[in-house]
Amino acid sequence: MTFDSENDRYQRFSRRTLMLGGFQAFLMTGLLGRLYYLGVVQADQYKTLSDNNRLSLRLIPPVRGKIFDRHGNELAINRKDFRVHLVPEMAEDVNETLASLSRIIDLDVEDIERILKKISRQPKFVPVTVAENLDWKKFSKVNVATTTLPGVRPVEAEARFYPEAELVSHLVGYVASPNEEEVRADPVLQLPGFKIGKQGFERGLEEDLRGRAGTSNVEVNAFGRVVREVGRNEGQEGTPVTLTIDLELQRFAAQRLGDESAAAVIMDIYTGDVLAAVSTPSFNPNDFTTGISQSKFDGLQKNIKKPLFNKFLQGQYPPGSTFKMIVAIAALEEGLIDDSERIHCTGKVELGSSTFHCWKKGGHGGLNLVNSIAQSCDVFFYEIAGRVGIDKIAEVARRFGLGQEYGIAFGNEARGLVPTRDWKFAYTGNRWQKGETLITGIGQGFMLATPLQLAVMTARIANGKQKVVPRFVYSIGNREGRAPDFEPLSVNPRHLSLVQEGMRKVHEPGGTAYLNRLTGEGMSMAGKTGTSQVRRITLAEREAGLDEIERTWAERDHALFVSYGPVENPRYALSIIVEHGGGGSRTAAPIAKDLMRKTLELDPMSRPVSIELPEVEATTEPGEGENG
Amino acid sequence: MARSLLFAPRGSEFSLSQKFQKLNILIVFFIMVIACIGFSMLYSVAGGSWDPWAKNQAIRFSFALLLMIGIGLTNIKIWMSLAYPTYIGALVLLVLVEFLGSSGMGGQRWLDLVFIRIQPSEIMKVALIMALARYFHSLTPENYRKLYHLIIPVLMIAIPAFLVIRQPDLGTTALMAAGGITVIFLAGARAWLFWSGFGAMLVGLPFLWGRLLDYQKDRILTFINPESDPLGAGYQIIQSKIALGSGGLTGKGFLAGTQSHLNFLPEMKTDFIFTVLAEEFGLVGGLFLLGLYSILILYGLYASVVCRSHFGRLLASGLTVTIFLYVFINVGMVMGILPVVGVPLPLVSYGGSAMLTVMIAYGLIFSVAIHRGVSLPRTDSFG
Repeated sequence: MTFDSENDRYQRFSRRTLMLGGFQAFLMTGLLGRLYYLGVVQADQYKTLSDNNRLSLRLIPPVRGKIFDRHGNELAINRKDFRVHLVPEMAEDVNETLASLSRIIDLDVEDIERILKKISRQPKFVPVTVAENLDWKKFSKVNVATTTLPGVRPVEAEARFYPEAELVSHLVGYVASPNEEEVRADPVLQLPGFKIGKQGFERGLEEDLRGRAGTSNVEVNAFGRVVREVGRNEGQEGTPVTLTIDLELQRFAAQRLGDESAAAVIMDIYTGDVLAAVSTPSFNPNDFTTGISQSKFDGLQKNIKKPLFNKFLQGQYPPGSTFKMIVAIAALEEGLIDDSERIHCTGKVELGSSTFHCWKKGGHGGLNLVNSIAQSCDVFFYEIAGRVGIDKIAEVARRFGLGQEYGIAFGNEARGLVPTRDWKFAYTGNRWQKGETLITGIGQGFMLATPLQLAVMTARIANGKQKVVPRFVYSIGNREGRAPDFEPLSVNPRHLSLVQEGMRKVHEPGGTAYLNRLTGEGMSMAGKTGTSQVRRITLAEREAGLDEIERTWAERDHALFVSYGPVENPRYALSIIVEHGGGGSRTAAPIAKDLMRKTLELDPMSRPVSIELPEVEATTEPGEGENG
Repeated sequence: MARSLLFAPRGSEFSLSQKFQKLNILIVFFIMVIACIGFSMLYSVAGGSWDPWAKNQAIRFSFALLLMIGIGLTNIKIWMSLAYPTYIGALVLLVLVEFLGSSGMGGQRWLDLVFIRIQPSEIMKVALIMALARYFHSLTPENYRKLYHLIIPVLMIAIPAFLVIRQPDLGTTALMAAGGITVIFLAGARAWLFWSGFGAMLVGLPFLWGRLLDYQKDRILTFINPESDPLGAGYQIIQSKIALGSGGLTGKGFLAGTQSHLNFLPEMKTDFIFTVLAEEFGLVGGLFLLGLYSILILYGLYASVVCRSHFGRLLASGLTVTIFLYVFINVGMVMGILPVVGVPLPLVSYGGSAMLTVMIAYGLIFSVAIHRGVSLPRTDSFG
């Protein structure tokens, strides 16, 4: 056993205290080293992390570009939208506040449930939209009440509005909330209440119209609440777009088509500018921007006149007799007919076991090319179509703009259909029948065209030199649409003038639209009626002489009319289709007459020149000058 | 002059005014400076307001300061005689807290005694050191290194440690055990004991790991790799390191700490208050505070070395080590070099109990310093 003196004990204690002190100093140095490492060596890295923590980039929604007609009338604008937001954390009692609010603005039980559900799902400092689209009166009342309703925030936001409502809905389209997939593509779409184009040019020109989102660099706390704004970068407003549409003509056309399930296109035969493009009945795009009710949407979808369907762009119809000009040109180009040859119409043609009827029961007798267009003799065109053959007819049809898309900015335009031998074999596996060529000769059978294509066809016939392509967009911002620089049509002018004469004679005595001729100074038009069969007329019906009107609406023929005017120096072409309208001359021609009259009235060349020249200021008398 | 101010001359029995003169005013002043740093940090954490924390803390500190001076001026004989009763009392409270304690911060720690809420574990930190010092003081020079004399001290540490770890409070347990073992070491126990104890701990670690609660395991795991769970358990450490690092050399300025003012930091007013200081005053601010603590610790160690009685020596050194451990564990924790255990920063963190413990400890150290010449009888009254 060791014996330690009291002194040893003191010494051992002192020694060990020193050791302990040294150990503590060592540890303390470690702390200092660590502090130095964090605060000096790695300071930059941690400063960045700290800024990442506190700074958050918020997007400011850009103002959407307006859409105008060719004269600067507003088709799509942004309107102040009065909304009420509620910040749950600021409200003393959310239920109580909502109850008080419901006495000022309309909030039913469902609304309140929806609002409470939303509140429960997000942080308490995030505002919840309580009401949108308030009128000024209610909004003012909410403003007055805010002093007694903590957390309630009246908000003025921008919302898309279509002042012309139904009138241009198929062209302009509408905006609506983006779906999840779209949101993933662009973070700006995450902004609450942000809408994107879903239809029409709102969709087709989305990139131009949307603009660029601004950013606001804000300092946020650990819970994501904005504490203050550090920096701001104003975004760029969307680019305004001017359409070629003439609002006045568009309105007139829509009113003239009325309740019919119909479409009309009016275009300039030189520039391709579409002045009016109407599809009736229509829908109100404003319903869609705020979220359409299910019942309203169902009503639109179930309507047999298909208001949501863009008939002038997507509707495909057999062109009927309006196709006869194409057959005529094909035959003239092949030299298989000339202006003098007459073909005798007995009212029907036999081919094998089939009989092909003319619309005129007793037949037209002997007719030349011009008159057979004017009177729309079917037998004449059975005959020449049979001579020319389907492939040549198809080639000419394509040259006149049928069976193709024009690349309209909002897409989904229908292609139509120009049948050929190859097409049929590829599509059905069967060989082309001669009889099919005959019925194609009167625009029936496989042949399909959209009202826009028929307008283009007519425009090219009237133009005679260029393959006019329609355009709807006049300018995007300062950038004008492509200059009208079209490919040559390369058709013999003599052939065209024969066809044009036939179209002129449609409005003359004996023509199918003589009753709907255009009268008045400078007023004239050439046209072509068309009636396309929705279903085959049975032999029994033909014998019974069943009138169109007596058939049910859905079974009636489509009524078509294509036209250009004035006859001398033509400028405008139009096409009309009235679904199940019966005969072209009875239903479509009167509309065409009115539309052409209005078009010509609105033509800037026909208006009196009224340029107001600035008054020339009287020159100051000499000597007055500075001395006064 | 400076020497006489810092280190009062030896003496045995003094009057109250003589004692007051021997009280080391400079160290008292440093303690007040540290407390003031705490007030200003609490003022900053509250977004530039005395309410609710800084004011409360200042009031508490005023009382604690008076208490500290009172304890310091009281004769060390009295403290030696109170050593065992205090220990027994603290032990009773620890048992009581087991049955009646109210939960706070995930552990049973508080005892609600109608008029005051106390943390018995805080009292035990001081009481344990007092009792151990008292015990070793009573051993004769002939047998103080005998092995069997370590049985009682080990039990004196183990019983409260067991009760506290059950609460569960890993930080306090570690502090208490480390303080106790330090006293045994300084009292002269054989060195090989500590080496073999260290070895046994290494061997026993896996077993200990299995006994830890999930949140304690989480803390240790996230300490090893905080980035593994940046939004969960590792969040505190990561955010704290960001605050410390982004403070740089001179800090972001008073009241301008973004990490703290934007609420990224957890437990700002208590365990992570050093982070607020380092973010706003940078490396310089951190160094300043750690420097002040170093002075206090050096003074405590000095007081123990120059003291004549074994009780005084062991008491002062044991308490000093406890305070050092407070600082080291807290600062090491916020810097990410130690796991997150709930240990406050002495005198700076918001809270009454911890402040009281530290101030009582310094009161006792002052008492040791003032009565360093007093010789205490080796009355063997234990057992």
